[in-house]
Amino acid sequence: MNLSRPLGLIAALLALTTLYALPTFAPRAMVQDLFGILTLLVLAMNWNMLAGFAGLVSVGQQAFVGIGAYAMFAAVILMGLDPLVGVLIGGLAAAAFAVPMAFFAFRLNGAYFAIGTWVVADIARLAISQWKALGGGTGTSLPKGTAKDMAFVGPIKEALGVSTAAAADALTFWLMLTLAVAMLATSYVFLRSRMGLGLQAIRDNENAARSVGVDPLRIKAAVFVLAGFVTGLCGALAFIQITRVTPDAAFSVIDWTAFVIFITVIGGIGTLPGPIVGVIVFYALQRLLADYGTVYLIVLGCLGIAVMLFARRGLWGLFTDRSGIDPFPLTHRPPTSLALRHGDLK
Amino acid sequence: MPILSLQDVSKSFGALKVTDGVSFDLEAGQALGIIGPNGAGKSTLFNLITGNIAPSAGRVFLDGRDVTRAPPMERVRAGVGRSFQIPQPFGNLSVYENLLVAARFGGAVSGAEAPGFCMDILTRTGLAAVAEKPSGALSLLQRKRLELARAMATRPRVILLDEIAGGLTDAECSQLVITIKAIHAEGTAIIWIEHVLHALTSVVERLMVLNFGRMLMIGAPDEVMASAEVREIYLGIEA
Repeated sequence: MNLSRPLGLIAALLALTTLYALPTFAPRAMVQDLFGILTLLVLAMNWNMLAGFAGLVSVGQQAFVGIGAYAMFAAVILMGLDPLVGVLIGGLAAAAFAVPMAFFAFRLNGAYFAIGTWVVADIARLAISQWKALGGGTGTSLPKGTAKDMAFVGPIKEALGVSTAAAADALTFWLMLTLAVAMLATSYVFLRSRMGLGLQAIRDNENAARSVGVDPLRIKAAVFVLAGFVTGLCGALAFIQITRVTPDAAFSVIDWTAFVIFITVIGGIGTLPGPIVGVIVFYALQRLLADYGTVYLIVLGCLGIAVMLFARRGLWGLFTDRSGIDPFPLTHRPPTSLALRHGDLK
Repeated sequence: MPILSLQDVSKSFGALKVTDGVSFDLEAGQALGIIGPNGAGKSTLFNLITGNIAPSAGRVFLDGRDVTRAPPMERVRAGVGRSFQIPQPFGNLSVYENLLVAARFGGAVSGAEAPGFCMDILTRTGLAAVAEKPSGALSLLQRKRLELARAMATRPRVILLDEIAGGLTDAECSQLVITIKAIHAEGTAIIWIEHVLHALTSVVERLMVLNFGRMLMIGAPDEVMASAEVREIYLGIEA
């Protein structure tokens, strides 16, 4: 009997329970650190869905983070809404932006698509920096007391017996964790579905996919807009904790795309657990090399190149290839009974 | 009513006319062979039928319905399946998954029926033993078989085969012909571009010759191959 699946599920459930309980016993700094990791994880899972499963190598994901963040700030500052409502508006604004972005970017392929998305993201950054009501190029901050007035912060504060700021951190942490779990579960279900299979066919050969009845434009556009939505939610949530937004920070290609690409590539592009492995390695390296300045980035780059050369499916791919263990397989296998009937499996 | 009908179809790329006023009808269950020198516009004609490229002039009908502007996906679902001259597998997916995509999308086979449906086709095309192998790792013969199997999985009423016997040994080619004959015997119409003439003429009832995008001749294979003009253009044998 193959025990890797139930064992994997038990380990995942234990890890998840510990993570949800973390704000009740861990120091605030650790919760904030993990919030940062989860932010990168959500972004990496979204990028992996685009590049790893749809063949859409976007270098413009920072556009959705920035638009999500700015939409949330606009909802709070200009409309007086709760930041959590602002997060939802941030996601919707990013999804709305993804529609015209897809319209232009989908005319390009491969490296041209990558450059095209980067250009569109930079145009968005320049446009937002003209928005005077939100501070223009210098940005703006959330009004004082926003965290205190945020929905659910009061009850969490009382229940945990912590400060308002710590309660706000716990809330954003739980929301980001839920977003990560939802993204992981949805990705798994989607990739195992008919549409997910079609998406992977498009990634491998768009022309052939079309010739067997798959509609590449429809599926790719749906995935691109949904990834924009979740990236926008993630960006908005991340900037609730940061509390201050500037165009350069919200639309940073290094923070929201380059690191995310690194995480996905070393973890395992085109695999579901890849971004999880990648984000753990990234965080460990960040901690280990924190005192070495730019050397840290050089090491990251070298590691990324080494993985691309010697383990093209990343560390997770290397692990599954060597061990044969894959607790979350995405492959569709012919039913054993049918394979036996056809003399396939011995 | 013919299952497929082309009326005066032309395609130009700039000043170059690669398909020039081609017209023919294909009845349900018929097998038509297409021959012609390299660059005669044979694969372009397939792309015009499948909708991968749009004609500059003329019309394409499927079951009497004008599909000239219909995208490839719509034509697949209407019953047009195809194989590619250079195999185009979904390289990261297994052989079985390649068929699953075709069955679920083009063939509109339900999720419950698809596994059995795909395994039947894999068995018929001799691919059952490599069902779980990544399709990118197949040999040439297996890739050619996969092209045929994947086209079959779309449940076509007319299947377009583009040089599917090219590069195969005689024994491999004979095996493939047996499979193609079986598909034909079930009532599937076939249009087959092929340079391996003995394989082609053992299956098709009609043969079309293309030259510089124009239809030179269409008729019974014996009749066509006996034509002095065809022998000169295609086989290089002077009359």
